[in-house]
Amino acid sequence: MRAFAEMYAALDETTKTNEKVEALTRYFSQVPPADAAWAATFLIGRRPKRLLESRKLAQWAIEESSIPDWLFGECYHAVGDFAETIALLLPPAQSSSNLPLHYWIEERLLPLRDADDEAKRASLVSAWREMDERQRFAWNKIITGEFRVGVSQSLVVRAVAAVSGLDAAVVSHRLMGDWQPTAEFWTQLVAHQASEATRDADVSRPYPFFLAYPLEGAIEELGGIREWQVEWKWDGIRAQLIHRDWRTFVWSRGEELMTDRFPELEALGAQLPEGVVVDGEVLPWMNGEPLPFAQMQRRIGRKVLGPRILSEVPVVIVAYDLLELAGVDIRERPLEFRRARLEEIAPPNSALIVSPVVRADTWQELAVRRQEARARKVEGFMLKRLGSPYRVGRRRGDWWKWKIEPYSVDAVLIYAQPGHGRRASLFTDYTFGVWDGNELVPFAKAYSGLTDEEIRQVDAFVRGNTIEKFGPVRAVKPELVFELAFEGIQRSPRHRSGIAVRFPRMARWRTDKRAKDADTLETIRALLPPGRPGVID
Amino acid sequence: MDRAVVTHAHSDHACPGSRAYLTAQPGEALLRVRVGGEAPIQALEYGESVRLKGVHVSLHPAGHILGSAQVRIESGGEVWVVSGDYKLEPDPTCTAFEPVACHTFVTESTFGLPIYRWPPEADVFAEIHAWWAANQQAGKASVLFAYSLGKAQRVLAGLLAGMDTAAGPIYTHGAVENFCRLYREAGIALAPTTPAGAAPPATDWSRALILAPPSANGTHGLIGSRRFGPLSTGLVSGWMRIRGARRRRSLDRGFVLSDHADWPGIMSAIRASGASRVWVTHGYRAAVVEWLKQQGGEAQAIETRFEGELDETGAEPAEAEP
Repeated sequence: MRAFAEMYAALDETTKTNEKVEALTRYFSQVPPADAAWAATFLIGRRPKRLLESRKLAQWAIEESSIPDWLFGECYHAVGDFAETIALLLPPAQSSSNLPLHYWIEERLLPLRDADDEAKRASLVSAWREMDERQRFAWNKIITGEFRVGVSQSLVVRAVAAVSGLDAAVVSHRLMGDWQPTAEFWTQLVAHQASEATRDADVSRPYPFFLAYPLEGAIEELGGIREWQVEWKWDGIRAQLIHRDWRTFVWSRGEELMTDRFPELEALGAQLPEGVVVDGEVLPWMNGEPLPFAQMQRRIGRKVLGPRILSEVPVVIVAYDLLELAGVDIRERPLEFRRARLEEIAPPNSALIVSPVVRADTWQELAVRRQEARARKVEGFMLKRLGSPYRVGRRRGDWWKWKIEPYSVDAVLIYAQPGHGRRASLFTDYTFGVWDGNELVPFAKAYSGLTDEEIRQVDAFVRGNTIEKFGPVRAVKPELVFELAFEGIQRSPRHRSGIAVRFPRMARWRTDKRAKDADTLETIRALLPPGRPGVID
Repeated sequence: MDRAVVTHAHSDHACPGSRAYLTAQPGEALLRVRVGGEAPIQALEYGESVRLKGVHVSLHPAGHILGSAQVRIESGGEVWVVSGDYKLEPDPTCTAFEPVACHTFVTESTFGLPIYRWPPEADVFAEIHAWWAANQQAGKASVLFAYSLGKAQRVLAGLLAGMDTAAGPIYTHGAVENFCRLYREAGIALAPTTPAGAAPPATDWSRALILAPPSANGTHGLIGSRRFGPLSTGLVSGWMRIRGARRRRSLDRGFVLSDHADWPGIMSAIRASGASRVWVTHGYRAAVVEWLKQQGGEAQAIETRFEGELDETGAEPAEAEP
């Protein structure tokens, strides 16, 4: 655990990618395989099912630290990180053990699954007492499942590639799909020959997704339009549909196995030939067009999928690409080849819809067609270079997304609360209001889009212009106006404004505007898609 | 003001404009820098008492920086002590904090939350030396930010012990060097320094430690000038106890060393004063007051003109660099 805690601290202390990879490489090469496997699991954002509730963790930390609840709350607001707050508050450790990471996970944490609260408390408190502050912090990060340390999957891949001498694309692929963090897994991950034992995992293993960057600069800079395949950019759940060994799997881009969420797609598997992997977007679909994404959320939220929801919100996969055919990886073949094979295997009148290609003879013509996007319920275009392979991860050059301009609204800052992590104890999380008559009604929350300098200025404004406090939340004088950008807008009975927006962020600080110049609820309602008032669509 | 009683020479506690000043003798030269050459400064020995408008006033060591003092005020048998900024940890650059018995104690609360608990000073200096050595290995200059008055000198005194093994030159920013000179004149031993401005153009910075005020950590300051080549940055401050405070300043390292009392320090200073009433200022006033009340004490928060709520600009003493 000491090595793990030191690695965590080393990652945390640098923003330089190379130094992070070095810290990971150093760690992976010095620890036993079981430790490396667990560490990789946490670093790429997987985690065992959460075993301990935050509320109880806080309570036990409070008891162990002999402070009142409210003081824990004050400390948490100053630190902005739950795991760190606990590590800083616990009394100094009497001793510091150096047991390996896999011991802590397998022998101490996982057995708590079936334990009662008292046993959990006793086990946790004794763990804290055996660790120095650094170890406690890393441990708390593990048990709270908030293991973010600025390491992306690609950095872990680079470190594993460095340790093993394997190609990064091979490592990336081996890290996909369904695997358990064991010493055996790690040994196979870094092995130069894939062993028989990996076959089982291979059956369900997806490929790393190829992701697009937003278009930079003018569209004409991409060259001739004939070198590009253009598709609509759909807004659903990016996924891979896998059919191998007469079994079907659906993986989301977040590497969640979602097969049981989509019985339509599982059934679709039986209509596909053996050994195929389709990349696409899962969408709620009816009468030849997508339903609002809120409908998908409604369906995803269900534990049990009854016949009613299945008939109200059926899903399809809009297929973008074919990655495997007859059990052979075809990602290196040109786009046209993969597209042609995809069209061949697509069963007619099924839940698989090949993403239509948008035809245009000039970029100007395409720009005009882009205006159709909102009516078609898509986010814009995807541009794919003909002849290109299916690459790994987010890359510039062969795929671009060309999204439509976001909606924009001028709103007034009315509430602020402190952020987390590097924004701890700075007021960075804002609620914005728009005018409804003489009243400002809360309309959206936004956290991103300002520069550090602007954040400092807004923070100072909040401190100097608080009119009321509600716990950590400050109501401020309604003076500052911001232009908010967002992607989608819907009616929502759960919001006081009656409106919910998707991906709101601050596009600009309108220092040239005063509160009275901000937009009204009425003008925002006019942006809503047509529909009966009061009905969720 | 006709006469200002100055606890110490940080710029948020000492400013020009008063007709006369009273301060502790070891801090006289530092206060002179702040208030200029003309204003009369009356310097008292620690413990020496004067009568001002019918009350007895004396100054007692606060352990914050050179010449820092608590102010004891006595009138008709009633004793009040105003702590000014203080710390309880030993510091070779100033006289140690001395508890003064009183009825009412006015305490600062910059770090008045139980998350603030200082590690042993020796550990922190070992960390700084290790960081410096690792940077030398990697061919990087070590840029260490510390407040130019007090903290920088404490760092130089603390580094002295490890200087024989970790050979490397220490360069200073002008603001730091000015106060170093005054400390050395007061007879305080500091690790040897060279003003960075006086270094020849061909200087190899990769083995050097460069001590600069936090305000130099910007694209327009000394550090942004790129004259030092590849570098690693660190800040010495109590705020570095929290990762977020380090990360949002884009620093490579934070070293937890403060000239203010931590939570246990504040509580033990209050106990040692024997005061039955506590006034709390500067910092986490509400939390300290609430805690003291729950422990059965009498406490209240008092406003101050001289702070942002949480001192978010990152100044430990909110220091304007001279």
